Amino acid sequence: MIPAPPIALGALLPALIVFGAGALVLLLDLLPPRTKDHLGGVALAGIVLALLASVWLWAGGTDVRAFRDMVLLDRYALFFHFVICYAAALAVLLSIDYLRRNGVESGEYYALLLFSTTGMLLLASAGDLLVVFLGIELMSLSLYVLAGLFKMRLASGEASMKYFLLGAFATGFLLYGIALIYGATGSTNFDRIAAAAGARPRDTLLTIGLGLLLVGFGFKISSVPFHMWAPDVYEGAPTSVTALIATGSKAAAFAALIRVLTVALRAAQPDWSVLLWAVAAVTMTAGNVIAIAQSNLKRMLAYSSIAHVGYMLVGLVAGGAAGAGAVLFYLLAYTFTTAGAFGAILLVERSDGEAVEVGDYAGLARRNPVLAATLGLFLLSLVGIPPLAGFVGKFYLFGSAVRAGYVWLTVLGVLNSAIAAYYYLRVIVYMYMHEPEGVEVRLVPSFAGGIALAIAVVGIVLLGVMPAPFADLAQVAVAPLVR
Amino acid sequence: MTLPPIGLLTAVTFLPALGALVILLAVPRRHDAALRWGGLLVSLATFAVSLPLWAQFDAGDADMQFEEFLRWMPGLGVGYHVGVDGISVLLVLLTTFLMPLALASAWHAIEDRTKEFMIAMLLLETGMVGVFVSLDLFLFFVFWEAMLIPMYFVIGVLGGANRVYAAVKFVLYTMVGSALMLVAILALYYQHGAATGTYTFDLPTLTRFVLAPGRAQTLMFLAFGLAFAIKVPLFPLHTWLPDAHVEAPTAGSVILAGVLLKMGTYGFLRFCLPLFPDASVDYGPFVYALAVIGIVYGALVSTVQPDLKKLVAYSSVSHLGFVMLGLFTLTPQGLVGAVIQMVNHGLSTGALFLMVGMIYERRHTRLISEFGGLWAVIPAFSALFLIVCLSSLGLPGLNGFVGEFLILVGAFQVDKWLAAVATAGIIFAAVYLLWMYQRVAFGEIRHEANRRLSDLTPREWAVLVPVLVLIVWIGVYPKAFTSKTEASVQALIAQVESKASVARSTTAPVSRLSLR
Repeated sequence: MIPAPPIALGALLPALIVFGAGALVLLLDLLPPRTKDHLGGVALAGIVLALLASVWLWAGGTDVRAFRDMVLLDRYALFFHFVICYAAALAVLLSIDYLRRNGVESGEYYALLLFSTTGMLLLASAGDLLVVFLGIELMSLSLYVLAGLFKMRLASGEASMKYFLLGAFATGFLLYGIALIYGATGSTNFDRIAAAAGARPRDTLLTIGLGLLLVGFGFKISSVPFHMWAPDVYEGAPTSVTALIATGSKAAAFAALIRVLTVALRAAQPDWSVLLWAVAAVTMTAGNVIAIAQSNLKRMLAYSSIAHVGYMLVGLVAGGAAGAGAVLFYLLAYTFTTAGAFGAILLVERSDGEAVEVGDYAGLARRNPVLAATLGLFLLSLVGIPPLAGFVGKFYLFGSAVRAGYVWLTVLGVLNSAIAAYYYLRVIVYMYMHEPEGVEVRLVPSFAGGIALAIAVVGIVLLGVMPAPFADLAQVAVAPLVR
Repeated sequence: MTLPPIGLLTAVTFLPALGALVILLAVPRRHDAALRWGGLLVSLATFAVSLPLWAQFDAGDADMQFEEFLRWMPGLGVGYHVGVDGISVLLVLLTTFLMPLALASAWHAIEDRTKEFMIAMLLLETGMVGVFVSLDLFLFFVFWEAMLIPMYFVIGVLGGANRVYAAVKFVLYTMVGSALMLVAILALYYQHGAATGTYTFDLPTLTRFVLAPGRAQTLMFLAFGLAFAIKVPLFPLHTWLPDAHVEAPTAGSVILAGVLLKMGTYGFLRFCLPLFPDASVDYGPFVYALAVIGIVYGALVSTVQPDLKKLVAYSSVSHLGFVMLGLFTLTPQGLVGAVIQMVNHGLSTGALFLMVGMIYERRHTRLISEFGGLWAVIPAFSALFLIVCLSSLGLPGLNGFVGEFLILVGAFQVDKWLAAVATAGIIFAAVYLLWMYQRVAFGEIRHEANRRLSDLTPREWAVLVPVLVLIVWIGVYPKAFTSKTEASVQALIAQVESKASVARSTTAPVSRLSLR
């Protein structure tokens, strides 16, 4: 008889809190009152509780391996817990008034958002390819539904459908890759894969498995050439969901990708770093160049987020503790900035719907100087202007790449940032240097949204001016990967 | 935790930004007068705070003075390290001196969006002073990049008809250059770290490090050099400059010409020469060939401009060519001349832009053909304008002569022919400035509108007199200024020479660099 393995639910504490909050929301949804305002509050409370639990676990210095090493609650996982919880909390804050405005308030929304967050947290602490798969599915399935929340809008339905079909396709690749790696190494556990792969380098089956795995992850992080879904989904999905897809889901996918590559497939580093070198170069260039041609702000930010994935892949190519630490810091900076940018867009509204065309922002600085300045700050951080978070993030990333000797990739990266300046600044040109156009644009008063933006602004300034403590945090977090 | 006392340089650097923050939070945008006075008072206070830099500066000491150091990102070796030597102290003072004048000149020119204008100008001042005082490459890069944004707003929000194009062009040009500089900064950081075990962005430490001559040093030199050459601007990278100047409001042009362009030449002096001495020597002939082309080209293009502001803009290309020529002679005379010429150009060209702005406010045109005979109508303006033109073309007794003379003395020691061509640039300067002056001030009054022009107001006198005092002071007694800078320049040349020869003694026997 096989003895029952010890069940250490503590290793899943933050994920379980978020999941419990999701279940609670579903339950409360059935009870009176009919208004759903309080459900947002419950969801937020769950996320904040999970965040506090993560901080408590970090402070305790736990390094738990549970469920036969399938779940790893180390500081690496906890760092991503912070990022993901922040992204989810921001999405909830942005949702509360947004949903009411669009008449789609519902309990399922918050429940799905929390379940998706649970999946992300699971991805961050995955120590086994099967948990990676579970996490990705939990996260993605919830997001597919959330993207189609605006049932009456064609674009939203299209986004959901496209996201689901292409996502399912990519998951197939991922699963196939997992199967081949299992076939080559006899395990799905990261450490045992590492041991087996180390003993047999350059195994064909393993290399094919690695390739398929990268296709699956490439889709989730929207790197070129698996980025096609991103602009349509970002544009069609409700903006609060877009913010979560662009930040939380990306961070979670990166969390798993980095761990898989640097722990499980460390022996294959020569293979994947060459592959990722090319992917990074193409991703950042294509993202930036196509973004120039966009007039829809959500699409532009979609391509910009593709470009940022390219920058982060540069850090992954650079490898080592410095490279991985730089990617972690960048993800933190990127999450604050991108979530903030989507948040700012969400607060501007035309009489006939969302204000997402760049022309809608003409003269915004005269109508609402505070919001214009806030959005301007996020855009400048995305450009990488010091002293904002985006600059320091790029500095660490490109620094790690130069250190590892990838000078030409770095040159490509910095030139890309200069190209990117053009389209980010164009929005600022419209806000500050054009007079208001005919369309009536108004600012939606939203207390929760204001809080979210304020947190994001404080975040990007703090990360920009005093980056050292956060960079140290990221370095501590990557220690479990490189030992 | 006790905070360290705030040093003089920190105060000078961040006082404008603090003022901008107060204006942002405390002064409502409808109170135009309060915004104007607030901005002016902050910039005057900054100038007052910066004066001890002049008084207490020890001219005999070649090293950095008023140094401050704080650990900022110790893990990376980034520190808040600031200080000035005889080279940067003059540029800091030039900045704090010109800013109140620029703000005062905009009293009536900027009627709309005064709040944005004041905040942008004050932040710009912090950025510019920061660039000149930074002794840490990271800190320097932060100021260098951060300064772009306020200038972008000054041109793009408050500029002329084609302002957006000019602003975006300005930013993109600069960003491409500085992007590569960032890579070179990182490369230098890791080279130094790998060689010595100390990873730091501290400039004095990196300057002591002897980088082996060769491909790496050359590439780093070119990356830094491109960023600075765009800013100077060195021919043929100057095309953003006329656009930016023509579209910028007067105050923006004054700061752009007066200070921003100096950041490029200062960069060559502070970073390229001491960090990459071998590459500087190798590429010296290339740079001064471009500089001489710029001198002649800028002058010739100026001659045919119909627009006053464009004429002054192209003259900057010519004048900055002189500065670059002086720097890359690597002779004491050439370098001292270059530093003085930076200050001179800031004063003369700043004053030219101020006066072009004044006449533009009266007539709302800058076309030379629209004027003529102004001497009879507004004699005071015309007389001061003449003095400023003469200063700009290098008349002995005024400031411009001192710098150009020293630079040419340096240039003749290096290459007689190039120096001869550069000297022709001075003659061209006389041609375009005097011909322009003749068409504007002398002759018949051809346009009725010109008969009703009013002469200088007390505010305009107040703006111009300080500049004129300095123009004459430097012209008559240049020693007051050159003496501040000489020790530092000598030390710089000695350092470049010793590093180049140390590096070369192991590879090539011949050092072409010596104190000629």
